[in-house]
Amino acid sequence: MAEMIDIQDLVFEYTRDENQEPVSAIKGVSLKVEKGSFTAVIGRNGSGKSTLAKNINALLLPSRGAVYVNGYDTRQEENVWDVRQSAAMVFQNPDNQIVSSIVEDDVAFGPENLGVESKEIRTRVDSSLKAVNMWQYRKKAPHLLSGGQKQRIAIAGAIAMRPECIVFDEPTAMLDPKGRSEVMGIIKELHEDGITVLLITHFMEEAAQADRIVIMDQGEIALDGTPQEVFRQAEAIRDMNLDVPLTVELGYRLRDRGLSVPDTIMNMEEMVEFLCQYK
Amino acid sequence: MSIQVNNLTHIYSEGMPHQSLALENVTFTARDGQFVGIIGHTGSGKSTLVQHLNGLLKPKSGSIVVGGVDITQPGVVMRDIRRRIGLVFQYPEYQLFEETVEKDVAFGPANLELDESEIQNRVKEAIQLVGLDYEEIRGHSPFELSGGQKRRVAIAGVIAMKPEVLILDEPTAGLDPKAHQDVLDMIRKVHVHEKNITFLVSHNMDDIARLADWVLVMDSGRLVMQGRPEEIFSQEEALDSIGLALPEPARLMNMAKKQGLPFQGSFLTVEDAEEALYGFLKRDRDLRI
Amino acid sequence: MIRDITLGQYFPGESWIHRLDPRIKIVGTLAYIVALFIVGDFWGFLIAVAALFGVIGISRVPLKFILKGLKPIFIIILFTFVLNLFMIPGKVIWSFWILTITEEGLYTAFFMAARLILLLLGSSLLTLTTRPIRLTDGIESLLSPLRKVGVPAHELAMMMTIALRFIPTLLEETDKIMKAQQARGADFESGNILRRAKSLIPILVPLFISAFRIAQELAMAMEARCYRGGRHRTRMNAMKLEKRDFAAGLLLVAFVAAIIAERILL
Repeated sequence: MAEMIDIQDLVFEYTRDENQEPVSAIKGVSLKVEKGSFTAVIGRNGSGKSTLAKNINALLLPSRGAVYVNGYDTRQEENVWDVRQSAAMVFQNPDNQIVSSIVEDDVAFGPENLGVESKEIRTRVDSSLKAVNMWQYRKKAPHLLSGGQKQRIAIAGAIAMRPECIVFDEPTAMLDPKGRSEVMGIIKELHEDGITVLLITHFMEEAAQADRIVIMDQGEIALDGTPQEVFRQAEAIRDMNLDVPLTVELGYRLRDRGLSVPDTIMNMEEMVEFLCQYK
Repeated sequence: MSIQVNNLTHIYSEGMPHQSLALENVTFTARDGQFVGIIGHTGSGKSTLVQHLNGLLKPKSGSIVVGGVDITQPGVVMRDIRRRIGLVFQYPEYQLFEETVEKDVAFGPANLELDESEIQNRVKEAIQLVGLDYEEIRGHSPFELSGGQKRRVAIAGVIAMKPEVLILDEPTAGLDPKAHQDVLDMIRKVHVHEKNITFLVSHNMDDIARLADWVLVMDSGRLVMQGRPEEIFSQEEALDSIGLALPEPARLMNMAKKQGLPFQGSFLTVEDAEEALYGFLKRDRDLRI
Repeated sequence: MIRDITLGQYFPGESWIHRLDPRIKIVGTLAYIVALFIVGDFWGFLIAVAALFGVIGISRVPLKFILKGLKPIFIIILFTFVLNLFMIPGKVIWSFWILTITEEGLYTAFFMAARLILLLLGSSLLTLTTRPIRLTDGIESLLSPLRKVGVPAHELAMMMTIALRFIPTLLEETDKIMKAQQARGADFESGNILRRAKSLIPILVPLFISAFRIAQELAMAMEARCYRGGRHRTRMNAMKLEKRDFAAGLLLVAFVAAIIAERILL
């Protein structure tokens, strides 16, 4: 399979004040994301995960190393629009990424910028709004919608650009549980439809739904693997002050107390199944 | 000290075509030292309720009696209410405005017109209570702190008013797991130290189960259930029907019970579930390492 | 309450007027305002009033709703009326103490007030029947020939679009901050002017910081969606003049002609 995103020894530095030493937010990260995959990047605030996302969208450019998106080098100025069209981005705050006071006009914003023809924009807007179940709200004003609905509008705005990949930068951090599950549902559907998903989050239960989890800590990749592989390192995860799913935590605690509970139990169903063997 | 809410009713935009019943006959009592959790999905009336408790909204009817005084009466001086009842809004760091942390925390106490030395003492105590280093942070601008630190400073600004009732609306929204846990621990510490009545509004059932000793459940402006957490979280169907989930450990154990596994009682925390599973699994020799 | 102000509000509808191209409505409104200043006598005003009520009738916006928007401006109209009434010299028809009313004064006061009222009703009809977003599109399109002489037509329209989008967000934000500061014992109501002005600082500082944060995040989100100014940009709802727009244009020409003819001939 081809690579959607190829990050090579990325270093990102910034200076707070003029006279200060540069601070590195990312200290040498290499990461390849395959087309059609669903990868979660998880880490604490300040771990560098959001900076990484912005480097993928050419909103920030590497200090050293390189980022290739769909083969385009983000450092080449002429590639910027191809990079952003290939890998669209959805941000954390549902309010501050909606441009227009009418839902459908907002979804049209991306394709309009890309110079797509009017009729085609209309088709894309309608199909994107239907994909996030917000078509019936197309004439509404965004400020009257709930957080989850606004975030779905933002996702529709990204889909309308027909990207191959969408980078979600903590899309559920400001939502209530209902909004959170709405948005996660849409993300999973998009992945099933073939879109490459890169989900930046600090919720482990969301990351657990991905095919691959990358844990970032202090600007570096600390763990990288399938959820099973990563959760087997429960102790390391806890040392980085991140949560593990409840069943993984329980398995870990029980093993600690001398019971040989398998470390492959990832969710509640599997835990109950395991328990039932000892009825 | 106690706070009694009787038949509280509130209507939004009364007389306008879009009027709506925001609270309907809400009645409950909270006593000294209680930690009350308020749950309900967005729009269920939680925020409207807590704004009444602080006197920011006036009810259509009903009363709120705090320490013997009905704060819904017209003659009540707002400053007296604010002195007794502190309210921390969602994302409270967005209300910070002073040049230094110290000045910002002093804003509330200064509004209470306390004398200078008392304000100083309270500011220092509040900053320490929220787990920050007073000497180190007092002169900093609140805007150059990290997200979790800003949140603590904002909460300190309310704690410095030494309210007998402290209300927190989603105090951990948007924080990462570590900061989330730290803020909750801090709230518990403040509760124990100040011996106040604490109200915690949250979407996170695990937090409510862990911290609260009394739970109010709101739905469509009505108080539909109230009780101890064990009681509330034993009613999975009732909660499910109003869009609320159980704490994770309770969900797991309920699933196990449905499969005929012999678990008894309520499981509000990881520790509860751990003990039950340990007790169940250790009977089996093969499992012991 | 802020939401009770109807001036500049949109009244949803599907009438012939609502569906007109925003450009023709903007041009029409401007022409109407100019016409009001050409008009100088009773018959001229009659034509202007008839035209306005004709348009109101077709738009099906309730007259009561339109008049409600005039309320906040009523004081200004009254003030102009009184000022004109007493200040214009001429043939005295009534006098008391230092107040004198002249025939010319009465005449000017009456027409000035009528002009203002018609002007306000006419222009509020534009916003009442046109979605704000269509209005900005119309302005952008009408200004675009001026781009050659350096008028940033697209940028102006984009700024208006964003302002419209974020007014409710910022109002909500203001309300939240006010409540949060009140909960910390802030008092916005009592004290003298200086004290009250000072009590605004705890609201204004957080509000500005919020506005900056919003602007920063929005700019980034717009860039991520490939925004690069007006060049290369297409529109979903490309504006196309329809039959009804040409009909409206003809009616407009007829109206202006009638006003000019009346002025010259009578």
